[in-house]
Amino acid sequence: MKESFDVAIVGAGPAGISAAYILAGAGKKVIVLERGEHPGSKNVSGGVLYGYDLAQIIPDYFEKGCPIERNIIESRIWYLSKESGLSLGYRDRIFDSERRYNAFTISRAKFDRWYADQARRRGALIVPSTVVTDLLRDGNGVVTGVVTQREDGDVRAKVTLLADGINSPLAARSGFRPEPKPEQVALAVKEVINLPPEVINERFGIAEGQGVTIEILGQVTEGMDGVAFIYTNRSSISLGIGGNLADFATLKLKPYELIETFKQHPMVAPLISGGKSMEYIAHWLPEGGYDAVPKVYGDGYLIAGDSAMLFNTLHREGNNLAMASGKMAAETILEAFKLGDYSENCLRSYRDKLDRSFVMQDLKKYRRLGSFLYNRKEIFTQLPELVSFGAREIITVNGVSKKSKERAILDKIRKGMSIPAIIRLMWEAWRATR
Amino acid sequence: MNVSVQDKLFLDRFKVDEASHLRIIDNKKCIKECKDQACLYLCPANVYRVEKDYITVNYEGCLECGSCRIGCARLNIEWRFPKGGYGISHKFG
Repeated sequence: MKESFDVAIVGAGPAGISAAYILAGAGKKVIVLERGEHPGSKNVSGGVLYGYDLAQIIPDYFEKGCPIERNIIESRIWYLSKESGLSLGYRDRIFDSERRYNAFTISRAKFDRWYADQARRRGALIVPSTVVTDLLRDGNGVVTGVVTQREDGDVRAKVTLLADGINSPLAARSGFRPEPKPEQVALAVKEVINLPPEVINERFGIAEGQGVTIEILGQVTEGMDGVAFIYTNRSSISLGIGGNLADFATLKLKPYELIETFKQHPMVAPLISGGKSMEYIAHWLPEGGYDAVPKVYGDGYLIAGDSAMLFNTLHREGNNLAMASGKMAAETILEAFKLGDYSENCLRSYRDKLDRSFVMQDLKKYRRLGSFLYNRKEIFTQLPELVSFGAREIITVNGVSKKSKERAILDKIRKGMSIPAIIRLMWEAWRATR
Repeated sequence: MNVSVQDKLFLDRFKVDEASHLRIIDNKKCIKECKDQACLYLCPANVYRVEKDYITVNYEGCLECGSCRIGCARLNIEWRFPKGGYGISHKFG
């Protein structure tokens, strides 16, 4: 490909497509290189997308046929021990009216394809089945485009946007972001389980088009710092579980066994009973947080989305950070075109935009969370056991006085973790999220 | 628990390339020097299996997560993406 472009974008995910949509709309000549056979065919997320950041790019996404599975009206949190669990949920009618599409479930294979189509309609050139293997640089180290696997596959561009996701051999090879350390990523596996819509409606207590999300912590990750989730789609359930990659290695856990055990948990099994699994996939989640964010700009290039490690673990926000960062990258690139300056000096304002926005502010707020969860394994081991013991004792009516029950619970806590240890844990949890 | 990962991989759609995109750089290292052999556990597709005195790479079922690449304590795995359009293709994602 001898042609040269204004902007070359690596990866047709939410970050890359958001940027492509804006840049093509502003009349720039944009090429998006995607390694999958179509956009979305390699992409994974739990499956929840937030409408706000999408609307910042395509305000009328609903009218444009955005493939929405279910609109989330209730969010649940579960804290599970081996055979039991505590559940907390919040349902609000407002999420079905004024704040409709605050969050909704999607299939990435369908959504990303639709999203890329919107950018294509604005004039962006989307090239699938193409792996970018390296970056082109001039004698001064300025990035001047990308090298692809295709014959004659060099693509020249004034600015290159790297939006190729968390797993990026390109990043490691070109040195623009160091390879993540095992403890900086979580490995998650996901299954999509088919069920008739009516069965899903009944099991989750919802009407057609309405959805529920369940975020799960506890012993299900078998001692790993990790999470599990269950999300409702139109006629399927997305179910996944993941843990810190370093923990997987240390504890010698196998991801496919972990997900199978999770599916058999007494709180999970009835929800998916009779369903047929139709897909099994795996992906990383960037868990390094604020301190793992690399330098996101340089001479002739910017980095957005998962590729820049922009991910909020606690609030399971990733797609929206990708969209917001893709948008800010595009705005920065447009400024650079006005000035005719694609140097680091000019592109640096991308980082300022990120810093001023919720993207970096949220990551900064939870800066300590990653190491807190990684170092406090009792959250995934003893603590769920103690919580369950307490709940079980209080609920059981068996002629034992409430005072003796309280004493038994306190005794158990003292033996299990000690009161000061629990206070310290709570203090650290507060500090990690303030 | 005895879980067949093969049954799970049968659910997925793959376009398999003739050449592997994964390669163990020095298989002797894996057997002689590596006690942990993390690749045998953390790979969600059980791509790496011990056969007699070496580790085989069953790249056909690779889910392309990258875990083996950074999880290998000796960084003994050469990891590329499959050729454009090859490898797993998500139906739902």
